[in-house]
Amino acid sequence: MVTAIEVSNISKQFVLRHTRSLKEAVVWLAKGRKGDLSEKFHALKNVSVEVQAGETVALLGLNGSGKSTLLKHISGVMLPDSGTVKTRGRVAGLIEVGAGFHPDLSGRDNVFLNGAILGMTEQQVKDRFDDIVEFSEIGQFIDTEVKFYSSGMYLRLAFSVAVHTDPEVFLIDEILAVGDEPFQRKCIGKIQELARDGKTLVVVSHDLDLVSRICERGVVLEHGKLMFDGPIEEAVALLRS
Amino acid sequence: MSVISTGELTTPGLGGGLRDIKQSGFLLKLLVRKELKVRYRGSVLGLLWSYVKPGVQFVVFYVALGIFLGLERSARNPEGLANYAVYLFSGIVLINFFSEALGNAARSIVMNGNLIKKIYLPRELFPVASVWVSAVHFFPQLVVLVVGCVFAGWHPNLIQLLAALAGFIIVGMLATGLGLLFGAANVYFRDSENLVDMLLMVATWASPVMYAWSMVEQKLGSTAFAIYQANPITIGVELFHYAFWFPTTDGSAAMPPNLFGLWLPVGLVVAVVIVALGQFTFRRLEGRFAQEL
Repeated sequence: MVTAIEVSNISKQFVLRHTRSLKEAVVWLAKGRKGDLSEKFHALKNVSVEVQAGETVALLGLNGSGKSTLLKHISGVMLPDSGTVKTRGRVAGLIEVGAGFHPDLSGRDNVFLNGAILGMTEQQVKDRFDDIVEFSEIGQFIDTEVKFYSSGMYLRLAFSVAVHTDPEVFLIDEILAVGDEPFQRKCIGKIQELARDGKTLVVVSHDLDLVSRICERGVVLEHGKLMFDGPIEEAVALLRS
Repeated sequence: MSVISTGELTTPGLGGGLRDIKQSGFLLKLLVRKELKVRYRGSVLGLLWSYVKPGVQFVVFYVALGIFLGLERSARNPEGLANYAVYLFSGIVLINFFSEALGNAARSIVMNGNLIKKIYLPRELFPVASVWVSAVHFFPQLVVLVVGCVFAGWHPNLIQLLAALAGFIIVGMLATGLGLLFGAANVYFRDSENLVDMLLMVATWASPVMYAWSMVEQKLGSTAFAIYQANPITIGVELFHYAFWFPTTDGSAAMPPNLFGLWLPVGLVVAVVIVALGQFTFRRLEGRFAQEL
């Protein structure tokens, strides 16, 4: 087995109260740094997870348990305060679909832009363009500005771009509930297909039934600490209890 | 299992700085195209605004400074600058390029905060894309300038054309470096963008755009003038004057001393240092962009 993701002993602190102006900071410095400029809390504390290539892992936990933060560390959006994160191969995140979409651009332009943002080359986007449009079921609306799309169409197109990026490691954050029921089934089908193809998947979701269908392994976080790491059934049972 | 794992384990989120831009050429191109498409959406004149705004600015300055304040040479005012209109406009286009590039670059990280928070990509792309967009907007103004020059009897030689290129590169690099610096700082302190607005106002007047460099030398004396001259924007503007304005005159006007021997290299060095400084600061600060935005 090859390690795809290696998270060793990472901690991350967040600042609660921010100063947004230079004035406040200067006043604070002038007062001899009395008091804390900001409060801090641990979003992640000494978390270690190792994921082998081809594994399907669900990150579970209540709101604010640090699931999404962990995912952002794996994608490289955030850097840990201590500890290390290492990944092998290209990592792509389906993290909040459509983050890279611009409402004033047409669907076609957005496919190219978002594809590039997710790390595709020009040739790759061109080659996969027809598949992307077909999967999204957008059809003739592809040349309309996306601000005129219904929210379902928007998400379908965004999801479609994301699943066609073809990375080695897929990070999926709470986006499985995309579109109407038939399209949802199609998305889940696509993700299961990715899993069968041996892609590494890390999924964050509150839908326990869904993750137990897709994933084999469950990692449960609570207040930024690792509570459980093992078979998905046990992880789900732990959360339900 | 059919997994082909490529390469070694790497740490995500540690970019190679400006070097990454080369690999992301496709994305940079799309970001620039997006900005250009989105900027004038829903406006009737569209890209024509890139001509109208500097055109009006030029007319206002020309009337106020050239005619009212007597900078233009005429029969009654032999002390003025010959072809003041060309002199003025060649400086204005360069300052406009710098202002737009730096102003947008300084805001680019916060503006694209939604993306930066969610997806990892080389963040230097955003300030650099802003500078490129401004370069695209600079082009039509350059065309207008050249047309004006031709009417005024422009006959440049190769060295003069290269001087224009050098001036543009110096100012472009300066805008990139400062854009990285202020763009990153803006994430932590939103004061940064106001500071930039103020700097840009000063920059317009701290270079010989409206007036002649010789006026500064008379008032300041040689030491202070040397400091004035070391400003890369001043050097860029003077190179533009040398390229566009000087060949339209009879050649009797004095150019700043040592423009090529001393100030051109100084401008390049200062610009490179600013880019290095901007890049260094940006990399120090970018690790916490996602949580601060």
